[in-house]
Amino acid sequence: MVIDKIRKINKSDESTEKNVKASDMLVGKWVKCDNCKEILYKEEVHNNFSVCPNCGKHFRISARRRIHQIIDEGTFIETNENMTTKNPLNFEGYEKKIEALKEKTQINEAVKTGFGKINGEDVVIAVMDGNFMMGSMGSVVGEKITCAIEDAIEKKLPIIIFCVSGGARMQEGLISLMQMAKTSEALAKLNEAGLLYVSVLTDPTTGGVTASFASLGDIILAEPNALIGFAGPRVIEQTVKQKLPEGFQRAEFLLEHGFIDKIVERKDMKETLYKILKLHKKGETKNV
Amino acid sequence: MSNNLSAWDRVLLARKADRPKALDYIEYIFNDFMELHGDRLYGDDKSIVGGIAYLEDMPVTVIGEQKGKTTKENMERNFGMPEPEGYRKALRLMKQAAKFGRPIITFIDTPGAYPGMGAEERGQGEAIARSMMEMSRLKVPIIAVVIGEGSSGGALAICVADKIIMLENAVYSILSPEGFASILYKDSSKSKEAAEHMKITSYDLKKLNIIDEIVKEPDNGAQEDFEKVAEDLKKSIIKDLKKLLKENPDNLIEERYEKYRKIGRDL
Repeated sequence: MVIDKIRKINKSDESTEKNVKASDMLVGKWVKCDNCKEILYKEEVHNNFSVCPNCGKHFRISARRRIHQIIDEGTFIETNENMTTKNPLNFEGYEKKIEALKEKTQINEAVKTGFGKINGEDVVIAVMDGNFMMGSMGSVVGEKITCAIEDAIEKKLPIIIFCVSGGARMQEGLISLMQMAKTSEALAKLNEAGLLYVSVLTDPTTGGVTASFASLGDIILAEPNALIGFAGPRVIEQTVKQKLPEGFQRAEFLLEHGFIDKIVERKDMKETLYKILKLHKKGETKNV
Repeated sequence: MSNNLSAWDRVLLARKADRPKALDYIEYIFNDFMELHGDRLYGDDKSIVGGIAYLEDMPVTVIGEQKGKTTKENMERNFGMPEPEGYRKALRLMKQAAKFGRPIITFIDTPGAYPGMGAEERGQGEAIARSMMEMSRLKVPIIAVVIGEGSSGGALAICVADKIIMLENAVYSILSPEGFASILYKDSSKSKEAAEHMKITSYDLKKLNIIDEIVKEPDNGAQEDFEKVAEDLKKSIIKDLKKLLKENPDNLIEERYEKYRKIGRDL
């Protein structure tokens, strides 16, 4: 399934993530790119937006780091930071798992939401984090995304959602599934309000998130080579009993099939988002 | 009444080959059903049927996920697993219903949206997402009935409604108990155990306030007395529809919004 793959790559993400800490730098200054196998200097990778300077592989990054890359320094105001699940199905061991993850990742759920500025332009932003239960959507992710969309409607602001997800969260059963309907109907209201929604798909975006808000952007961007699909590659292979061709369900494949607007490298993401925001800004329209 | 069956017993009943399927209910409950075909984009998916009919004297639009009862029928219906074209046909017909002010009744019975290569190439995720988003704003009453297996996004895609009715032994779940067990317990043979924990029965989901109504079945399932079940279901649909038709369409969609908005809000 997608999940094992995420787990594997999360490990490599952590190695690039932690290089911000001086203590880690002393332990190991080098990291191996899992794509081109080149040995890389961690700081160089970090300074290159966590993209391999050799082959251009976009390593997975945390929500915190993503916000740092996209939002103007000092302008991010987080919303619903402490929202946490109530384990609606009383699923055994779930609360313990959540607590351990909070401790390990230093975030409270698989999405961070808030207000911020991009080159001075006000936006609502939601950024998912694959380190937290593979970015799966349960009640909290659904609720935080929906609140963010409603914030955008209330403040008449554009919204940007960075997606990374293994799909709906199993431990909350049908409650998780219903978050797909909840987030989608909130976007229907955003549409009626004439507000902009930019969806950014990052590696991997799958399952219930692909089948809800991720696919509903006015403009849908993706990072190079991101895995994007409804069913996970392994499920498809088991169903059709053949190996999937190279590049299947990658961002470039989706672009070719008409499901995304543009592939944007991480170093250009902020500027691209700014250009889109600027063009859609109300009151700025000039007659030709 | 089969109130004391285990969740797994109900999964097996919901999947029984001779359990009545969408077209059985459609033929019984409605008059003059005329099937309409195609998504106007690519094809016609036989795992979803849709069309126009009368409910008593009222014109309605009817949509159903259709499984077969024999292997041959199932091959033709792709075992009730829709491709994107199925959802796009359903949405086309539902928008048409809204245009002409007809209420919509949907029947849910699927092991899930088809996880094939073509389905991915043609945007399975987008088809499901758009269906949910647009259904949420259609200004006509929508009643969804889970008649068998309501599995995953493939079920939810046509289940954004004002009223959700479940047949007593139908199940509605995030994915199959087998899939759930293989992900969470790393052992698909633990599906029986998974079914009990997943809260997928009509009674569980009524308690969780996700569905509104349960239509009872005979002890060994709906196939034992199809006419009684179909008649009871018809009465429920008519009763709900009468109430919903009195609502102002703007209130209707606001209440529909709130119905899903509140799930998982209490955090």
